Amino acid sequence: MGMARETETRIAVDGVSLDFPLYHTSGRSLKKTLISSVSKRMGEDAKRRIVVQALRDVSFTLTPGDRLGLIGSNGAGKTTLLRTLAGIYEPDMGSIRVHGTLDALLDPNLGMNVNLTGRENIMLRGLYAGLDKAGLVQLEEDVRHFADMDDFLGLPVRIYSAGMVIRLGFALATAIRPQVLLMDEWFLAGDAGFMEKARARLEDMVRDAEILVLSSHNTEALLEWCTRVIWMEQGRIQMDGPTETVLEAYLGHAVKQT
Amino acid sequence: MDSLRPRMRGAQTLEIMPGSTFGARQETALRDVREAVSLWRLCWTLSALDIKIRYRGSVLGPFWLTLSTGLTVAAMGGIYSTLFHIEMRDYLPFLAISQVLWGYQSALVTDACNGYVASEGMIRSVRMPFTLYAARIVLRNLMVLAHNLVVIVAVDLVMWQFPDPVVALAALPAMLVWVIDSLAISVLLGVLCARFRDIPPIVASVMQMAFLVTPVIWRPSLIGDLQWMLPFNPFFTLLEIVRAPLLGEIPSLAVYASAGLSSVVLCAMTWVLFVRVRGRIAFWV
Repeated sequence: MGMARETETRIAVDGVSLDFPLYHTSGRSLKKTLISSVSKRMGEDAKRRIVVQALRDVSFTLTPGDRLGLIGSNGAGKTTLLRTLAGIYEPDMGSIRVHGTLDALLDPNLGMNVNLTGRENIMLRGLYAGLDKAGLVQLEEDVRHFADMDDFLGLPVRIYSAGMVIRLGFALATAIRPQVLLMDEWFLAGDAGFMEKARARLEDMVRDAEILVLSSHNTEALLEWCTRVIWMEQGRIQMDGPTETVLEAYLGHAVKQT
Repeated sequence: MDSLRPRMRGAQTLEIMPGSTFGARQETALRDVREAVSLWRLCWTLSALDIKIRYRGSVLGPFWLTLSTGLTVAAMGGIYSTLFHIEMRDYLPFLAISQVLWGYQSALVTDACNGYVASEGMIRSVRMPFTLYAARIVLRNLMVLAHNLVVIVAVDLVMWQFPDPVVALAALPAMLVWVIDSLAISVLLGVLCARFRDIPPIVASVMQMAFLVTPVIWRPSLIGDLQWMLPFNPFFTLLEIVRAPLLGEIPSLAVYASAGLSSVVLCAMTWVLFVRVRGRIAFWV
């Protein structure tokens, strides 16, 4: 048993706290927005910086087969938690252990550079994932086939239509399959507009991942994808349990499993 | 066809926790460096694409850089050889080398200031070693330097003045020192400028001043009795360890000592800073 544990895909989050320091506050409208949505938790730390208590003593463990949903009001810490799990933000206290390959689909552009061509963006993502030459060829083939944009791959992303950018971003994001998949809600939000095959591909990817962490406001999506939900409020875990139980407590009324 | 899987970098288990001691933080900083090394192909591609974007659509491509450096050297050479009353044949090879090398240094410093701030989007969307952003800046500027070497060769051919090839070899180890120092500068300025947004203009004026007080376009010998002061100027000694051999001279021991000492201080300062603040950079950009 002990040996099996060592090789198993796994996330262990232990007592994680994170203060989000706000610098250059006045100059950045995005941060102004952030402050207004979390104003209750603002304070100043010892060095008189303005900080937001983004995460407070968060602990949980995920093992293969776990499908975790994160729910909570705006600014409850869902996205910060995803970024922390992805290793982008480092916690002030506590620890995170991730065993297995991890990918985070956090923003629709996935750091795509609009001045580069579609093909170059594909190559960069492949290199980031550590693919070899054959892998890079397969990746481009896969994305080209799915996004159906042969003529445009050699042109800068800047001149693509909005729809093409989404198609390329989506195809690219779902082409490489990690063991641990972290996803922000935008990925499911556009459901209505998405083509049938996009949905099939995403379902495929989620099924393929051993662990899924999904942050969403969409109750239906959580009911459909997740087996467990953590309700975050003001950076703390308010409730952690089976999807329906937590959603009923969060919404204050019964939800029906479809 | 099998679906594509990302490859694991380094250890199978990624541990993310705040280091409570310097040693623990240093361990994480070293991991950052190791991961950057394992991603060298990505770094190379990013740098090459940076150059490509800048000159996309132009006929000459990156050789615009070479052309503009060449024109600058030609114009300055004409004016200053008259002003300083020096033979063009002596002055132009000196000026070409100085201009190309100083061009690298000042472009690198400017780039380094924007390093992390300019990569904000990437830093917030994927976990990437922070040393890789620095390596990308250095590599990109080395590529520009390589294009500009053409100017030096062209001037040497036109003036039919060549350095002693054996002496010129002494520029190679000095170049290695430059690469290491460049990485340090990119991390140091990248971090400081991300945290304090008023640093870039300060750095710009320091570089302007350094250009004027350092023998870049004028020969060190022109300063006469004050030559003993030159080794105290790290901009000069670091420039001289690469420049002098390319002109067929071996720099003095004082120059080497000063350049070595400045490099050690720079690298040590950068490493301590990087180890301490690496985890905060994502919040600063």
